[in-house]
Amino acid sequence: MRYAVRKVLTLLMTMLIVSFLAFLAFELVSGDAAVALLGTNATQERLEALREELGLNRPFMTRYFSWLAGFFTGDLGVSFSYKIPVSGLVGQKIPATLTLSLMSFVLIVAASIPLGMWSVRWEGRKGRVWRTIDAVRTTFNQLFMSIPPFFSGILISWVFGILLRWFQPGGAFPTPAEPGRFLWHLLFPAVAIALPRVAMTVRMLRSTIIFQMNSDYVRTAISRGNDRSNVLWRHVLRNALPPVVAFLAQTMAEVVAGSIVVEQVFGVPGLGRLLLGGISGRDWPVVQSIIVILAFWVVLAGTLGDLVSQRIDPRLRLGGDGE
Amino acid sequence: MLEIRDLHVKFHNRDREAVSGVNLTIQDGEILGLVGESGSGKTVTAMSVAGLLPRRSCDYSGEVLLDGVELLHAKRDLLRTVQGKSIGVVFQEPMTAMNPLMKVGEQVSETLLLHTDLSKEDRYWCAVNALGEVELDNPEEVYHKYPFELSGGMLQRAMIAAAIVCRPKLLLLDEPTTALDVTIQAQILKLLKRLNESHGTSMLFISHNLNVVRKLCTRVAVMQRGVLVEEGLTQEVYANPQHPYTQHLIAAIPRRDRREDV
Repeated sequence: MRYAVRKVLTLLMTMLIVSFLAFLAFELVSGDAAVALLGTNATQERLEALREELGLNRPFMTRYFSWLAGFFTGDLGVSFSYKIPVSGLVGQKIPATLTLSLMSFVLIVAASIPLGMWSVRWEGRKGRVWRTIDAVRTTFNQLFMSIPPFFSGILISWVFGILLRWFQPGGAFPTPAEPGRFLWHLLFPAVAIALPRVAMTVRMLRSTIIFQMNSDYVRTAISRGNDRSNVLWRHVLRNALPPVVAFLAQTMAEVVAGSIVVEQVFGVPGLGRLLLGGISGRDWPVVQSIIVILAFWVVLAGTLGDLVSQRIDPRLRLGGDGE
Repeated sequence: MLEIRDLHVKFHNRDREAVSGVNLTIQDGEILGLVGESGSGKTVTAMSVAGLLPRRSCDYSGEVLLDGVELLHAKRDLLRTVQGKSIGVVFQEPMTAMNPLMKVGEQVSETLLLHTDLSKEDRYWCAVNALGEVELDNPEEVYHKYPFELSGGMLQRAMIAAAIVCRPKLLLLDEPTTALDVTIQAQILKLLKRLNESHGTSMLFISHNLNVVRKLCTRVAVMQRGVLVEEGLTQEVYANPQHPYTQHLIAAIPRRDRREDV
């Protein structure tokens, strides 16, 4: 338990640092927001008035802390370009991105563990047939690994959207108010994001399983009368998981980046479009908030990964606490 | 009870046979010592009995009969009903032979799960009993420990518990005391002797340590380069070794340790 508490504290510390850096970076890079908003030929008085209105003339640290406090009170400032609260804008777009990311992550986990176990089912068999099967498997694995999600996204839209008409590409995207249609439409981009990641995870799981299969405890398990699937599922899988869990934590962080790109291909109304619009329109309050949210997601993924690894491997609990 | 007839094993990546033409028998309740240096084929012989030969990467011939049932060429399904139930195996390194991520007690009760219809609770108590039988203190506490939380000697006891929990007729012990220090070694030998006497379990005890074999075994077989060079009652072989290799091995025992105090 203490381990979990320590991890959460680390997470909060990291978030504090990240948010500070994000705030500082925009302070240094973005220049004067008032000028950016009103243009270079605005009068001095109007600029001053706007600075006063946006609170830009307060000291740096004061502004940082009031901005930070905004994440807890839900006040993230006002968007420069839309003139409405950032929390509303972001809040509207988060469900799509979050659902898409979680969906692809679940697909990755649900597909790669059985596929990884299946890929070692016949490991060690000799002969021409098995060599061929192995070569085919490796080829497909590498192929899927090297297809970027935006490209598979285009292929998927074409095949399932235009040829099979399972969904309507380019049409109005369903809102979370219709959960069934919403999830169904998100499934296609989720698959596009998941494909290369599944291939990578399977490959990794396969190699750690094969490594573990040569362990002494496997021989012991066989000597007790376990069959191959018992040995794999009951003994080897758990031992093979820790490096895969670390990789999956990284994956969970990266699927969000994947979502932002793939959202564009499928027209998903998520954070991606808002972020890209914000960057090109110099809408710093929006960009800043999204960056902190993304950073939180990345740090959260890492923390969850650590907690899960520690559940799997009790030896990791040695790091300074009992249970 | 166990009969090995003309066992030959040759690994594909080796030029020489690991075991060439071994004949051995073990009677009910007997402890047979199998001695020889590393690479003499002792372990391969035991693995052939336990059904642990990597069949795809070696050639093998001969017969291994356990109460008349042939095991060397037996189908995997048949083998699995024997492994753990009729034959228990204890390996050299308890630290690596145990699954590091499974509770010790679960590894003991796994054998019961595979070979009996006992309920979960019965399996638990059976495993706790077995842990107590190998003289572990607080067996219930040990049940819930992970291997890294126990010492080498305790783990080897737990390994023995896992091997005997189904009351096998035959226990294969592949250098079970080599990785342990001398005091623990002596305790484990005592324990094995006691198990042999109380349950009548036959044992094949592999060691390169002649002293250990002498303390425990009624009969001894000596292997060199895959061949059985001498076999007989322990006392006779020690008193009057016939084969030059055996004479060599016995001459190599440090004098001071030849007292029999276990």
